[in-house]
Amino acid sequence: MARYSVSLGFETYRFETLSQLMACATPKRSGDELAGIAAGNDTQRVAARMALAELPLHTFLDDPLVPYEIDEVTRLIIDSHDKGAFAPIASLTVGELREWLLSHQCTTEVLASVSTGLTPEMVAAVSKLMRNQDLIAVAAKIQVTTAFRNSLGLPGRLASRLQPNHPTDDLLGIAASTIDGLLYGIGDAVIGVNPASDSVTTCVDILNMLDSVRQRFEIPTQTCVLAHLTTTLSAIERGAPVDLAFQSIAGTEAANKGFGVSLSLLEEAHQATQSLKRGTVGKNVMYFETGQGSALSSDAHYGVDQQTLEARAYGVARAFRPLLVNTVVGFIGPEYLYDSKQIIRAGLEDHFCGKLLGLPMGVDVCYTNHAEADQDDMDSLMVLLCVAGANFLIAVPGADDVMLNYQSLSNHDILGLRRTLGLRPTPEFELWLDRMGLLGVDGSVQALPPQDTRMGQILALGDGL
Amino acid sequence: MSDAPLVDPWLALKASTRARIGLNRCGDSLPTTDQLQFQLAHAKARDAVHGAVDFDSLAASLAPRTTLRVHSAARTRAEYLGRPDLGRRLSAESHETLLAHAGAYDIAFVIADGLSSAAIESHAASVLNACFERLQHLTCSPVALVEQGRVAIGDEIGHLLGAELVVVLIGERPGLSTPDSLGIYVTWNPAPGRRDSERNCISNVHANGLTYQDATNKVASLTFGARELKLTGVQLTEGTLEKVAVENEGGLFEHPSINL
Repeated sequence: MARYSVSLGFETYRFETLSQLMACATPKRSGDELAGIAAGNDTQRVAARMALAELPLHTFLDDPLVPYEIDEVTRLIIDSHDKGAFAPIASLTVGELREWLLSHQCTTEVLASVSTGLTPEMVAAVSKLMRNQDLIAVAAKIQVTTAFRNSLGLPGRLASRLQPNHPTDDLLGIAASTIDGLLYGIGDAVIGVNPASDSVTTCVDILNMLDSVRQRFEIPTQTCVLAHLTTTLSAIERGAPVDLAFQSIAGTEAANKGFGVSLSLLEEAHQATQSLKRGTVGKNVMYFETGQGSALSSDAHYGVDQQTLEARAYGVARAFRPLLVNTVVGFIGPEYLYDSKQIIRAGLEDHFCGKLLGLPMGVDVCYTNHAEADQDDMDSLMVLLCVAGANFLIAVPGADDVMLNYQSLSNHDILGLRRTLGLRPTPEFELWLDRMGLLGVDGSVQALPPQDTRMGQILALGDGL
Repeated sequence: MSDAPLVDPWLALKASTRARIGLNRCGDSLPTTDQLQFQLAHAKARDAVHGAVDFDSLAASLAPRTTLRVHSAARTRAEYLGRPDLGRRLSAESHETLLAHAGAYDIAFVIADGLSSAAIESHAASVLNACFERLQHLTCSPVALVEQGRVAIGDEIGHLLGAELVVVLIGERPGLSTPDSLGIYVTWNPAPGRRDSERNCISNVHANGLTYQDATNKVASLTFGARELKLTGVQLTEGTLEKVAVENEGGLFEHPSINL
């Protein structure tokens, strides 16, 4: 007999396992169809949601989706579960959790107190019962603050990652895009380069260049080269100025192995980076990127849907108290998120799940040229995320990443969002912009005229590279 | 202030990157010209993804070599985009077509549309003809021309044809600045189930990237290394290729400059 079933009129819908129930309940997604686990039709999808709504939350503690014995991520989630924080919601079903989260009595403080009592699977389950507006309404109540050289996640603030990538890691080219972004007031979340090469020497060269730019103008922000964690560890050994340790992570032990990492390696990097003591206003030193579909692409999904596995990646992230986490939502391609409808929904789910689990969530609002999406869709998603209270978004010059060959937001878009929605950069960075004469009387970032002497000074940052 | 004429202060920095730096603003938005340039680049990239390769013309430009028209198990472009697994397998009919030409070949060349029809139409024939000239001493199978194909489909094709090595020329995922970038994948002992770590990749063949000459050199050097070491992939590195080249100095095969 099926363990989960729901009757609709004369028809009974049955789901053999919890994984199957979750996969059928999740919104339509090409990655779950590719894995052969998606609902066969829309009625079955809603039937699964009805069965899921009746499920007591403790089911997820009793019946792990990926076995405890074979997966260190499951062990981390179960072993670190905070029973005290869970107590106030322990008797709820998934459907009741949705209503509780949306209720006005569930304030910012209440949400913070319950966060460690929630597991990634519970959060993924409740997200499947929520409309986009529900995901926004709850996320907007959650505040997650972190700090290194500035304070991220404060109310009314929108930080941004400056992403000055270059296809051959040319230092002057990277500096040029960095300067371009700084003139737009971008870069308070991090100035972070995805290197084309994973060589330690290249990584160290870029780190040195970024750090010298930061020091020359005393910019209250952090820099990062998003190389593999082992490369960053080697860079630390060579004495390079490493502010943050970056790594892509996923929701199962096997998928993380595909990325060449384990929980112990993450902990090693966490400690090594913290020991450098380079933060001035805070000690969060980890930066993680995630994205739905990564476990399927490394064939390490155990029949679990991609959105639930993404939430499990957040379970990994929160163990290391990161400064920044972002989903690279549209990067993976149409075989996982087919079109803008799926990308927008996934972006809101990821932001909601990460925030509810206590993470400082940002999003790379992005798409590839083989997905059914364009810049209009990114406009929609960026506004929705800002309303939902995203800690930071990523921007590249003119929305065109010439190294990774995909489209993100433009520096312009961050300015537009800040103005339209009344959002400001992080406090320390805003003061710096003012010192540099880049802040106008209305608080917005001014364009300097080409003949302005400050323009010359800033552009001269590239001299000698 | 001096009366010197204004020059674009970004000029020097713009030479260092193709990133869209130094754009102006109207309000907080892009100026109209830049906005339309962006839309044009995106349109070209999308047309490259969704365009169909004219395989008849391609076959003609490869004549007098024999070409075989085959199709993956993905029937349409939409299916191809959503189901990469189907793009890695042959249709039943294509299976028969290839079996009919089975033999014992040193090398099988495959041209697959991949994610950029523009890359195939612009570069595939030129690169392939240069490779043939360079590798004249080897026995080559008929050239397989694949519709809706992904890289790994070369494994099945090479296996069915009975080739020791398969070289797949394929359209890479278009970026905004490069809608027509060609990728080349070299796999020793092709058979279904080969992992990506068992192939070598030459990427970014286009007007502003790798030249045809350099791409051909790399194909030749990888072919040489693969035949010597009986493998491709992560173990076939710049270092191992150099070693093999030194050991074979004065041998039959003139080794080209090694540069992966």
